[in-house]
Amino acid sequence: MTTLVIENVARKYGKLEVVRGVSMNIEAGERVALLGHNGAGKTTLMRMILGLTPITSGSIKVLGFNPGSRHARASIGFLPESVAFHGALSGREQLHHFARLKSVKTKKADDLLDRVGLSDAADRKIRTYSKGMRQRIGLAQVLLGHPKLALLDEPTSGLDPISRHDFYDIVEELANSGTAVLLSSHALTELETRTDRIAIMSKGRLLANDTLPALRETAGLPIRVNVTTTEADADRIAAELGGTRVNGCMIALTCQQNGKIAMLGQIAALGAAIKDVDVTPANLEELYRFYSVSTEGA
Amino acid sequence: MAIFTIARLELLIARRNMWVAISVILMGLFTIVLTLAGGSPTGTLGVDPLTVAITSITTLSVYLIPLIGLLLSFDAIVGESERGTLALNLTYPMSRGEILMGKFLAHLSVLAIAIAVGLGLTAILTIWQYGMADLSFLPLLKLFVTSLALGAAFLGIGYLVSTLVRQTGAASGIVIIIWLVCVVLYDLALLGALVADNGGTFTKNVFPWLLVANPADAFRLINTPGVSVAELSYGISAANAASGFASQIISLLLWPILALFFAWMAFRRVEP
Repeated sequence: MTTLVIENVARKYGKLEVVRGVSMNIEAGERVALLGHNGAGKTTLMRMILGLTPITSGSIKVLGFNPGSRHARASIGFLPESVAFHGALSGREQLHHFARLKSVKTKKADDLLDRVGLSDAADRKIRTYSKGMRQRIGLAQVLLGHPKLALLDEPTSGLDPISRHDFYDIVEELANSGTAVLLSSHALTELETRTDRIAIMSKGRLLANDTLPALRETAGLPIRVNVTTTEADADRIAAELGGTRVNGCMIALTCQQNGKIAMLGQIAALGAAIKDVDVTPANLEELYRFYSVSTEGA
Repeated sequence: MAIFTIARLELLIARRNMWVAISVILMGLFTIVLTLAGGSPTGTLGVDPLTVAITSITTLSVYLIPLIGLLLSFDAIVGESERGTLALNLTYPMSRGEILMGKFLAHLSVLAIAIAVGLGLTAILTIWQYGMADLSFLPLLKLFVTSLALGAAFLGIGYLVSTLVRQTGAASGIVIIIWLVCVVLYDLALLGALVADNGGTFTKNVFPWLLVANPADAFRLINTPGVSVAELSYGISAANAASGFASQIISLLLWPILALFFAWMAFRRVEP
């Protein structure tokens, strides 16, 4: 069964439509990144999946159950944006509380504190925690009881680069064990390699929802090819390949996906004059800009 | 059970925030002072020394217990909403009714501990001063149970306020106003009306019911022993006779139930 089914969902506040006709599915074990500007409707969509915000029209099913129903809630792990806890409690007390609510043994909560790297600080009051540490407690409570669906709203904000890496490792483990993951983030570069699918929202609409290669193909953004050559040959080769000389020995070229192999053949044919070749497809930032700008005003 | 899990956490928080200690110390201090001071003027000739103490403690409890109840509860929902913990809590598999009942159970326990310590000290001090003979502990038990009911009513009112406002500051202001009205201004207004009416229809037919409609006054009427009624104003004794014990008990029971019910209704509409 598809873990999350969203069909033509809309949310209105008076006349303001914050989410408009969004449809998407997430299968078990799939990691989907939800991108969008602030105010694009990402958080509202997550809140509708959780049953915190009523749906104006359309439908959402979590493992076949309505959002907010006890079954749906029991299958979801949620990490809110800027997660907060009562400062008077220790990390361990807070996590034990969540474990009891999810009918999970408190021993499991202790293991999770270890897993997110908080075992040393577990008995300190949460008010003494850094934002990153609170985020880890937040992540640990998501993992309690093996959720079927994990909703992570800006999960890596406040985490240092190493912690972010660890965080995505945990998300990967979660997905490998069959959890469907929907996560929103502004840190685009880290999502490229750590998610299976990208969904882009702008002004309440879902503008794109596909794998990174498929998004590249649809966008048709040029591929950048950087050729390093010897200084003496640079001008000649630049003219021959139709590129521009960037600095002493670098030539910048662009091509479309279907012309990539032909161009590489052409470069290879130049033989010893070529020192190195770098091929860079459009990155997520460019794709994001493409999809959100090309439909701006729509 | 989600209710007990929540109650357990709330009790832990109340302990950490010193609410348990503050409530116990407040009730303990005041009851000690009133028990010792209350006994001195009656000496050995007066009525049952416990009755004297209970009368004094009742007068104090009318002010103190609603205050503690409101202070424990005003922050319950709006505080979580402001801290940002409410949204996450509401995604856990438990109903809003369970959350509210869990908090209620914890806060009622804090009140119960504070009242039990206060009245326990009263009993110990009275026995220590006068011995066990001639003491009737039933009024003490009645005072304990009705104090809890009074506290529960104001806990419910506090939750209701907490679900209806968006800022903790506003909630604290509103509960202080509610406290002032219920325990001070309401009685003053009734007194004014009594004086103006000068023994007319209002005094005989309306006043007793208005008095008993306020849980603080119902509590006062239940715990004011018959022997001291004569010392009180004509109005109060008339009210005691007119409204009767049953309606006082109903008022004290209905208030917590209704306040909690409305708090639950309001909480169900809260979008975190």
